[in-house]
Amino acid sequence: MKHTLNLTGRNLFDLDDYSVEEIEKIFETAKVMKKINSREYKKIPTLRGKTVATLFFEDSTRTRISFELAVKRLSADVVSFTTAGSAMKKGEGIQDTVYTLNAMGIDLYVVRHSCPGVPQLVNKYSNKPVLNAGDGRHSHPTQALLDMFSIWEKKGSLKGLKITIVGDILHSRVVRSNLIGMKKMGAEVVVCGPRTLMPPKIEEVYGVQCEYDLKVAIKDADVVMGLRMQLERQNEGLFPGLGEYTSRYGLSNKMLEFAKDDILVMHPGPMNRGVEILPEVADSEHSIIIEQVTNGVAVRMALLFLILGGKPDKEVA
Amino acid sequence: MILLKNGMVYLSEEKKIVKNDVLIDKKIIKKIAPAIEEKNAEVIDCAGMHIFPGFVDLHCHLRDPGYTYKEDIASGAESAAKGGYTSICCMPNTKPTIDNISTLNYIMRKARDVKGTKIFVIGAMSKGLEGKEIANIASLVKGGVVGLSDDGNCIQVAKLQLNVMRYASIYDIPMICHSEDYSLSGEGQVNYGYMSTKLGLPGIPTLAEEIMVSRDIMLADVTDSQVHIAHASTKRTVELIRQAKKDGIKITAEVTPHHLVLTEEACDGFDTNTKMKPPLRSEQDRVALFEGLMDGTIDVIATDHAPHSDYEKELEFMKAPFGVIGFESAFPVLYSTLVRNDKMKLEELVARMTSKPADIIKKEVGLLKEGAPADLNVFNLEEFFTFNESEILSKSKNSPFLGMKMWGKIHYTICDGKFTWKL
Amino acid sequence: MSTKKRILDEKEMERILKRLANEVIEKNKGCEGLYIVGIHTRGVPLAKRITHYIEKFEDEKIHVGSLDITLYRDDLAHIEHQPVIQDSILNFDIEGKHILLIDDVLNTGRTARAALNAILDYGRPAFIQLLVIIDRGNRELPIQADFVGKHLPTSKDESVQVHLKEVDGADEVFIIKD
Ligand SMILES: [Zn+2]
Repeated sequence: MKHTLNLTGRNLFDLDDYSVEEIEKIFETAKVMKKINSREYKKIPTLRGKTVATLFFEDSTRTRISFELAVKRLSADVVSFTTAGSAMKKGEGIQDTVYTLNAMGIDLYVVRHSCPGVPQLVNKYSNKPVLNAGDGRHSHPTQALLDMFSIWEKKGSLKGLKITIVGDILHSRVVRSNLIGMKKMGAEVVVCGPRTLMPPKIEEVYGVQCEYDLKVAIKDADVVMGLRMQLERQNEGLFPGLGEYTSRYGLSNKMLEFAKDDILVMHPGPMNRGVEILPEVADSEHSIIIEQVTNGVAVRMALLFLILGGKPDKEVA
Repeated sequence: MILLKNGMVYLSEEKKIVKNDVLIDKKIIKKIAPAIEEKNAEVIDCAGMHIFPGFVDLHCHLRDPGYTYKEDIASGAESAAKGGYTSICCMPNTKPTIDNISTLNYIMRKARDVKGTKIFVIGAMSKGLEGKEIANIASLVKGGVVGLSDDGNCIQVAKLQLNVMRYASIYDIPMICHSEDYSLSGEGQVNYGYMSTKLGLPGIPTLAEEIMVSRDIMLADVTDSQVHIAHASTKRTVELIRQAKKDGIKITAEVTPHHLVLTEEACDGFDTNTKMKPPLRSEQDRVALFEGLMDGTIDVIATDHAPHSDYEKELEFMKAPFGVIGFESAFPVLYSTLVRNDKMKLEELVARMTSKPADIIKKEVGLLKEGAPADLNVFNLEEFFTFNESEILSKSKNSPFLGMKMWGKIHYTICDGKFTWKL
Repeated sequence: MSTKKRILDEKEMERILKRLANEVIEKNKGCEGLYIVGIHTRGVPLAKRITHYIEKFEDEKIHVGSLDITLYRDDLAHIEHQPVIQDSILNFDIEGKHILLIDDVLNTGRTARAALNAILDYGRPAFIQLLVIIDRGNRELPIQADFVGKHLPTSKDESVQVHLKEVDGADEVFIIKD
């Protein structure tokens, strides 16, 4: 019998604990989910009776909606906890929040927090699987999975692809998870941005190439991903202004000429049109930015199904 | 009288370990010699065990007054005793801070009531440790502080630091500098480098320490005051101190057991018990610290015992306070990792935990010799144990060494001729 | 000790499939509006073979699709190993059509139940029929097949294995007793 990779009961803190085969299984499952999402009737009864809690200690409407839609499409119940107007404002700690929710019978937690490591903390207190929906600038594995799935769908594989990620690498949770995942799946990754927005030892930590000139970084690239540039960084003295930034690192048609003809353009959203990406590129045939959003729901459905369906493996891996 | 029989005794003056008996009469070490006979003494068989002078810690936080849920003077003293310490110096970042005579007197009074561990107090450099105005240094010195420090904080304005040093330079006490440039350390949580990138946490660059260490060295030179660099953590800090010593500047330095033994790798996994200031650094820094200790650039080992309650340390990594406890693990950790691995001689380790720190605060403590106060401890170095939370006497359990297996179990601590710890 | 007994061989299997194809044509008076859907895993090659026979007998092109019912199973929480979900291929609109579901074995009826739910989420067919090779009879739900290759009453400690060339290398049916 063909060995099936069991993901039941697993946490998703980041992609380092997932193997290539497991990531491929998530992709295969996401493909099926994506098809369901394109039907007239988009709901399946798979996770009936399960309850998922989305704990968003930091606001992120897009990610939360994507997760909640995924939960609902699988017929599970979802309760959402956001810090606005909740007990957290009254100084209640994470521990108490999790104990309280756990007492109500939550089967899985989706956690977003501005501090790295909080998903692990929620798992420790709840003893239930946790999906990391972004912890500070540390990681955002479901975003990375949907990014990689979007590439995998178009290119068939990530093996040997040259992927360039450009922008504020230092503050990006999306980048870290993508670097782990893309390297694992065999891509060659180049990160690019101003030196003040580059984390130390990034080449050493992730085995990627680091460039400060986008023309060099994007040369012959199969995929380019732009990152959201936040104006606050200007006040922190990390770069002089958006004008200079766009001229050096903005994704324009002119810049794309250095890349391969069939380059895919991606962005984790929300975009600052005219800053890190020009409209001519965002709306071009190369852009799969909207499809990334569609794939987000499918990938999250796949994860929820794989983690909540079936019995956990008894053997210790 | 107490008679310790057949122990391997560290003799402070000779810096040698010799098999001997030690006779204690009231508060004083009366005699050290082989085969002492004394009918009226309580005899303790120390065969196979080591007898060291009571350890001296230049750097700890007793949290009293103000934060007694973390630690108080009594619990801190007990925890110290269990670590083999008989003299400890507590930092002034209490609430209120030790920047005035009444807080100082409160601590001195409470310390006298604790029958055991000798507690010395370090006074503030600036009022409220706010880095704005000079604290009442003259009164504090008169009241008996053994050093000055804004530890936990660092005076950012060079001019104020200069004035503090100039003002205090007429007294014969060390200025203990926690050197940290806030504009560089900022929101930092772990060492800026491999781990800050991997964990996505804001980093504290080594530069944050080094820039301030350079400044403090220059100020020490200009003011001719005695500067002591607290918890050195980087390679360049060691190099700066080494050069300063060569240049004849009066400077001393300390390193903590955790900076000597652990690296930033320990932070992988977001254990808040690995979060402290300065942060655990790279292996390169750790090696440089050890070399600095061996060549005398770094004079002493200090614990920076910084208790925090469990509910504070169970917070999110970025919200959890900086600091780890240190008394009870210091000697076994260093003995196990340095001495047992033949990297350092036992005599050297003991000197760095006893007479050397005592020299810096100019106190007659940490000496094992006839006529000295009877401050000593007894360790069985062949005993192997796991450092467990349940055995910690400090009110707080925030140690990065929990679960570590180590050699060297303490059996007795004696301070001023009285037992302060018995296994 | 477990025993394994062969119930059908390749020849017998072929005969049964041809007969079933004929029954489908006969009962439905031809194959107009007929859409055949195989249930993963062994229902899929069976559907292709039945389709092939019907097309041959009637000389008409018939739509054939496949359905993975994993996402509709009611025992997901109890299965030891997560199956890999196969793609469900229904490249046709099933609205108002005649659907013939094909599976290898019918026993408790739970798979057929899941398949019905799955197919109904794609639209509203005019009617659905069920074809199986083996009917073991231990029903747990009120479901019956319209076309049955062979009735094989079995007890719960017995199992039936249908092997197919496309999946297993040979066409055979076994009954296994623990
Ligand atoms: Zn300090």
